Amino acid sequence: MSNGNIRSLLRQDKRADRVVPPTGYTAHLTLFVSGAMAFLAVFAMALSLASGRLADRWATELAGAATLRINAPAEQLAAQTQAALEVLGQTPGVASARALTAEEQAALLSPWFGPDVPLDTLPVPQLIEIIEGEPGLDAVGLRLRLGAEVPGAVLDDHTRWREPLVDAAMSLRRLGWVSILLIGGATAAMITLAANASLAANAQIIEVLRLVGARDSFIARAFVRRFTYRAFFGAMVGMLLGMFGVLLLPEATDEGGFLTGLGFQGAGWLWPVLIPVLGAAVAFFATWTAASRKLKELS
Amino acid sequence: MIELENVSYTYGGGELLSNVSLQLQPGSFHFLTGPSGAGKTTLLKLCYGALLPTSGRLSAFEQDIAGLDRDQMALLRRRIGVVHQDCQFLDHMTLAENVALPLMVSGRAEPAQREDLSELLNWVGLGARLDSHPPELSGGERQRAALARAVILSPDVVLADEPTGNVDWDMSQRLLRLLVELNRMGKTVLIATHDLSLIRAAKSQVQARVLRISQRQIQLAGADL
Repeated sequence: MSNGNIRSLLRQDKRADRVVPPTGYTAHLTLFVSGAMAFLAVFAMALSLASGRLADRWATELAGAATLRINAPAEQLAAQTQAALEVLGQTPGVASARALTAEEQAALLSPWFGPDVPLDTLPVPQLIEIIEGEPGLDAVGLRLRLGAEVPGAVLDDHTRWREPLVDAAMSLRRLGWVSILLIGGATAAMITLAANASLAANAQIIEVLRLVGARDSFIARAFVRRFTYRAFFGAMVGMLLGMFGVLLLPEATDEGGFLTGLGFQGAGWLWPVLIPVLGAAVAFFATWTAASRKLKELS
Repeated sequence: MIELENVSYTYGGGELLSNVSLQLQPGSFHFLTGPSGAGKTTLLKLCYGALLPTSGRLSAFEQDIAGLDRDQMALLRRRIGVVHQDCQFLDHMTLAENVALPLMVSGRAEPAQREDLSELLNWVGLGARLDSHPPELSGGERQRAALARAVILSPDVVLADEPTGNVDWDMSQRLLRLLVELNRMGKTVLIATHDLSLIRAAKSQVQARVLRISQRQIQLAGADL
């Protein structure tokens, strides 16, 4: 495939385009397949980008924080909390530490127990929020010291559940990109089939063109142009419908969780614009390969 | 111009042509006759490279056809105008577009050529049918349109396979006159036909050689007409 072929493809020649009949089931098939695949690709792309954002958010938000839980009898809770805050105040790598208020703890529990949870009658542990600073928290050393000075303290640096969550989000992102690749492959396969069917159905046209001195590259270009434009147009419609569908999804909210964040943000809305271009490129190479092979067979 | 040296052609295990030798000199006029199935169409197809000889040497414009790649073959076909008996056209395109097809595929199509095209179609008597589609044309009109398409690139050679096969006597005379006129312009013409009355009618118009295919070989059928 030379640059000249690509240039001559882009330089539209409507008269040369006309040698390929404008109708036929392959035209509808190409339009439908590229439209449907572009529609699906928009959602796969939205999933992938949302998963990426989620993975980044979980990784950054949770990596710089830790939680200290004080499990102690009610009469010792305040003393142990104070002792823990003093230890944390002396620990390198702790930027700040503060005990959550009763209201904040009630807000954390309200999704499970409702808004009227009677915290004062329940043996709820005291939570201390730790924000990490430079040079980073030595969790092992801090656990040893707390074990000696605050017996009811349990340090949770979020590693235990942060890593699987980030891994899951990253897997979702990979899944999204793999889906896009599969969609591209399926589009290429379908367009190759449509191009082969079109070339076979138009064998007589190819014979006439050869009779009057058409080079194979001219014949191939006429078919490639038709399929590329159809794929581009179909993918453009599919992409616009897909983006409209994404727009209709609920906006991201804390209550909605991950599903409501499925969509594009900011410059991310530009990514789907690539889909028709990629669809046209896939159609171009698939049709060119099919046409070259078929014309060789017919010679 | 086109030369066959001991050319044989075999298809499906049967030999259709055996050691055929023929020279088409520039500006000459030939009739190729013989019964149906004798191999007239096969010989014409060999002349423009649609078929390749099984053995022997076939050259056109001093190029060995067997050694040409597909691009070179396409360029060769632009120098040989072909009129088929069944006159294949692209039915979704107008007559003007079909006749201009050789210009289009050779990259010479320009909007200004519509007048030239109109003149050419007037020459074959189809000036009023520029925007008709092939299925709307009669057999004779299709033959004349095929002739116009065959000569639009001003080829050196015109090959016509049973050009009068589907038309009445008057139309066949009209087509013959067009082919004779082309020959007078210096084109080499080879007409394959089983219609001996056409050959007789040409007697008063042109110096032609009559070749006959018989038993897979080619013979001179008689004195110059």
